[in-house]
Amino acid sequence: MSVQAADKLKDKFGDTVLETIEFRGETTVVVKKEDIVAVCAFLKEELGFNFLTDLCSVDYMGQAPRFMVVYQLYNIGTHTQLRVKAPVEESDARIDTMCGVWGAANWMEREVWDLMGISFNNHPDPRRILMPDDWEGHPLRKDYPVQGPDREPYQDRTE
Amino acid sequence: MANFETMTINMGPQHPSTHGVLRLVLELDGEIVRKATPHVGYLHRGIEKLSEHRTYHQVLPLTDRLDYLAPMHNNLGYVLAVEKLLGITDQIPERAQVVRVLLAELTRLKSHLVWLACHALDIGAMTVFIYCFREREHIMNIYEKISGARMTSNYFRVGGLSADLPAGLEKEIRDFVNSMPEHIKTYEGLLTGNKIWQKRIKDVGVLSAEDAIDLGVTGPCLRASGVDWDLRRDQPYSGYENYDFEVVVDDGCDTWARYHCRLKEMREACKLIHQALDKLKPGPILADVPKVVLPPKQETANTIEGLIHHFKIISEGFKPDAGEVYVGVENPKGEVGYYLVSDGSPRPYRMKIRPACFINLQALPKMVEGSMIADVVAVIGTLDIVLGEIDR
Amino acid sequence: MGVEETLGNNIITTSLDKVVNWSRSRSLWPLTFGLACCAIEMMATGAARFDLDRFGVLFRASPRQADLIVIAGTVTKKMLPVIETVYEQMPEPRYVIAMGACACSGGIFDTYSTVQGVDESLPVDVYIPGCPPRPEGLLYGLMKLQEKIMKEQNSFGASLGVGERING
Repeated sequence: MSVQAADKLKDKFGDTVLETIEFRGETTVVVKKEDIVAVCAFLKEELGFNFLTDLCSVDYMGQAPRFMVVYQLYNIGTHTQLRVKAPVEESDARIDTMCGVWGAANWMEREVWDLMGISFNNHPDPRRILMPDDWEGHPLRKDYPVQGPDREPYQDRTE
Repeated sequence: MANFETMTINMGPQHPSTHGVLRLVLELDGEIVRKATPHVGYLHRGIEKLSEHRTYHQVLPLTDRLDYLAPMHNNLGYVLAVEKLLGITDQIPERAQVVRVLLAELTRLKSHLVWLACHALDIGAMTVFIYCFREREHIMNIYEKISGARMTSNYFRVGGLSADLPAGLEKEIRDFVNSMPEHIKTYEGLLTGNKIWQKRIKDVGVLSAEDAIDLGVTGPCLRASGVDWDLRRDQPYSGYENYDFEVVVDDGCDTWARYHCRLKEMREACKLIHQALDKLKPGPILADVPKVVLPPKQETANTIEGLIHHFKIISEGFKPDAGEVYVGVENPKGEVGYYLVSDGSPRPYRMKIRPACFINLQALPKMVEGSMIADVVAVIGTLDIVLGEIDR
Repeated sequence: MGVEETLGNNIITTSLDKVVNWSRSRSLWPLTFGLACCAIEMMATGAARFDLDRFGVLFRASPRQADLIVIAGTVTKKMLPVIETVYEQMPEPRYVIAMGACACSGGIFDTYSTVQGVDESLPVDVYIPGCPPRPEGLLYGLMKLQEKIMKEQNSFGASLGVGERING
């Protein structure tokens, strides 16, 4: 069913769908970030993926584009999963918010902004959520040291 | 319309009823809450970042400390995700799968006992707290006999279990589970017919089904709003498709419905434990995948392949193929999922934990605005939040 | 060190000191300050099996009414100012127990957001290692604190306002 959803997405959106990947029985669709809201609204209204399970980001430092924003979706009616990914460049780390489609995206996007530094256009509440409000830096990025910027790496543990 | 001035007060992070370090900023108009804003992050320990610097085996104890009231479920979700990434899900032996289900349901009982204890304690029923913790001590004894630790068990391994169940434990588990329905009846006797309890939680914290799905709420909070969704039945893992249990759904949408939902889930957990004990047969507990699973001690000491595999797995770790998976399990609090991205190295490239309580807590403002401040305490209790999972 | 004004070291004052120490150590009232997993073991210690009430321990919700703070769980940088505020609100004499590996030294969380041990900002009296420590461990730590309190000198004098308590 998720494969059919991916095919329907390709039929409707054409060039926006950059890639479809099958791995261990899961379907992932990579789409352009400009049309992400339209894609997700289509998935929710037409194909029944009404549940946003998770919204996160991955930092592929060294590759271009650097970031990938990942949306895990469920279709509660047919018990299927689908993953939608949108690549985001480091120079323009912005993407449209999903709060209009699913209310669950609110805090998840705040966390992505807090830990990874990708900002969401038109987010109703763009504040840090897990780190203190005056924290500098985005800890989950690959170039942020795990022990924090103000400590010596313990026992030369730099990896 | 009269001109109201609201009073902003701060609840927490040090507060007896916030179940941990949760901070709520409430705007009050007398006793009515006009706006509630949760502030989290006071327990953010950087587990996701830390997991990028540990091998897959070393990340396992970190997952215990997420939802520390249901540690075996966190372990189970992580182990299932890594097994899916490796592609060895169908090689897990049956005994390991049955023990996993058995311990997962025992953990569900353990977590719901703490939920009931703390929920009742916040509302004022202290006896229930003492009774529930007394039952919980039995489960902690069982945990200790199996894994060595009362709480943070770290018992499951990628490929099966770390050690087999000790002899005689099945009888102890069976005796305990036979006694549980009586205890649940005692709790119900203390609470369900109690007029104070009913007045405190009926029509409190109402969350409709549409709001619940829109906000991503899972677990008993979703099922008590009438949505029939349980990962054990709808996306089965670890052999759950072979068990006979009822998914508890209630249409009430309020705290009263969630209370009944979780109590019934405790009874269903007892049923599942009986079924798992009946299915238990002797057999291996670890999959036969030498590159991933530690060999038994005799092989490590006596054969060269065993020694090499042991050395490689401990010093370097195993290397899954590059790719990404997402596995969710039905934690007592909701759906806890692990999104693992691998780049072929022995450390996870990215581990994202889908925290059930974090997303359930998003629904708090909707459930609480318009009610009285005493209801805030009841709603926090019914959402059953654990700050370790919210903040990771 | 130096000349501290005390009530003297004769048989009467030392016996009075012992009475004060004995009553303080047998009725320690901790603040409900659970942070993470160790808090659950602290609750289990307070429950029926490993009863804390028989030690005179009564959990108080307000720091103004507590004389012991058990830091049970991981201390993060966001939470540290809150802990310091709460500690300052406690009246003297006040004691600190660091329960669990995270409070003692940061535990397994050697990360950007975790304070590596609460003794970076609070004076800790007793460290209880473990992850989480068993309830018996917490009880042992409590008893060690009681022994430490019993060894204090000039407690009676300090309670009257003459001089300071001297730790034994």
